[in-house]
Amino acid sequence: MLVGVVDYKAGNLTSVRSALSCLNVSFTVSDVPEELRRCDKLIFPGVGEAGSAMDVLRKAGWPSFFSEWLKSGKDMLGICLGHQIIFEKSEESHASCLGLIPGEVRRFPGSSGFKVPQIGWNTVERKTASPLFRGIPEDADFYFVHSYYAVPADESSVIGTTDYISRFASAVWHDTLFSVQFHPEKSGRYGLQLLDNFLEM
Amino acid sequence: MFRKRIVICLDVRDGKTTKGVRFQGNKDIGDPVEMAAEYYRQGVDELVFYDITASAEKRGIMIDVVKKVAEKIFIPFCVGGGLSSLDDICRVIDAGAEKVSLNSQAVKNPKMIEEGAARFGSQCIVLGVDALKDPQMPSGYRVVINGGRTPTGRDVLEWIGEAERRGAGEVVLNSIDADGTCDGYEINLTRMVADNAGIPVVASGGAGEPEHLTKVLTEGRADAALIASMVHYGTWTVPQIKTELAAAGVSVRQRW
Repeated sequence: MLVGVVDYKAGNLTSVRSALSCLNVSFTVSDVPEELRRCDKLIFPGVGEAGSAMDVLRKAGWPSFFSEWLKSGKDMLGICLGHQIIFEKSEESHASCLGLIPGEVRRFPGSSGFKVPQIGWNTVERKTASPLFRGIPEDADFYFVHSYYAVPADESSVIGTTDYISRFASAVWHDTLFSVQFHPEKSGRYGLQLLDNFLEM
Repeated sequence: MFRKRIVICLDVRDGKTTKGVRFQGNKDIGDPVEMAAEYYRQGVDELVFYDITASAEKRGIMIDVVKKVAEKIFIPFCVGGGLSSLDDICRVIDAGAEKVSLNSQAVKNPKMIEEGAARFGSQCIVLGVDALKDPQMPSGYRVVINGGRTPTGRDVLEWIGEAERRGAGEVVLNSIDADGTCDGYEINLTRMVADNAGIPVVASGGAGEPEHLTKVLTEGRADAALIASMVHYGTWTVPQIKTELAAAGVSVRQRW
């Protein structure tokens, strides 16, 4: 099996590379869609700002690649910014996003006692059983760093929620598209297990 | 449930972990990569490496340390010390660090915060502040730089406010008065900053007992507590500290 990692200059990919190396899986990182076509699984990471990320993605031709990828029934995992911009639009710089799944991305409202961004470890309450969280205990913590959160239009696509200021969708599953707001590559043993679960599907 | 973080700090000089009291009399205490791997096994939530290497020509050693750490541990870690340009920040991030901490250089050149945040995002840019009690300052604390040796004209609260506006995503607030004493964090300072800053505050300086952490994470309202001596000398382990915190009602990560 070969895993493709999308490089669109949004944050660094060192930690994703390290995690995949640790899991002993073959992977290739590329900023050219064509080079990842032969891969079996796709990881779409990213940290940064939605608007400029979308500019880079469009220029390189990723939006149509993603649509075709999902149409062909292959698995894809969005992480952090990669989780947010699979939705239709974001409040962040009013960006129009990929629209691979219906819904939008909103900024955390100011709230006393809560800092924005959320930086740190938090739990994910499971809404439905999913292969992504197989074998991971309910009280496992994951590492979050974000100021925006996704609001899926279809509630049935939400597989996990997290409480910060309000309860938001932190893990989503729609056909072969999975995505998580937290960073599995920075979430210790259970994060690695989640990545492994995705690769084992 | 959102957790309070325990952050372990490793001061690194010429590729070795070192520890001193009030920035004086440092001695080597181990290999930073091995120590990081051990603390990761123990369940620490985050690590910070401060490069206190004096000579510029030995700075490259730190990049090797960062690369090795990134291969072994799968939790966030931050690197600070000696970063004086956007290129320096790029090198550390490319080597695998999650964040960089800017301290003296940010005071000397505040634009670095903006440049770093524009390039990597605010979550990447941590402001390190060394605070010294000074009744002449509006907040009662003066910013000192160069490892605590050089006082500046800046007020701690005013400087953190400016850095936040410039794009800093988090602040590590170190009390020079408490640093290395193991007598407890400076609660008033921490609380004042936590109440005024919109970004998370990591309390630093003075940790010696788990109850010190409990106090700064509750009364001090810090989001995270930075520790060093209490674990470096084997007095406490991370699980022991977390057990004590949880017993005191602090929400901490207990499975790893």
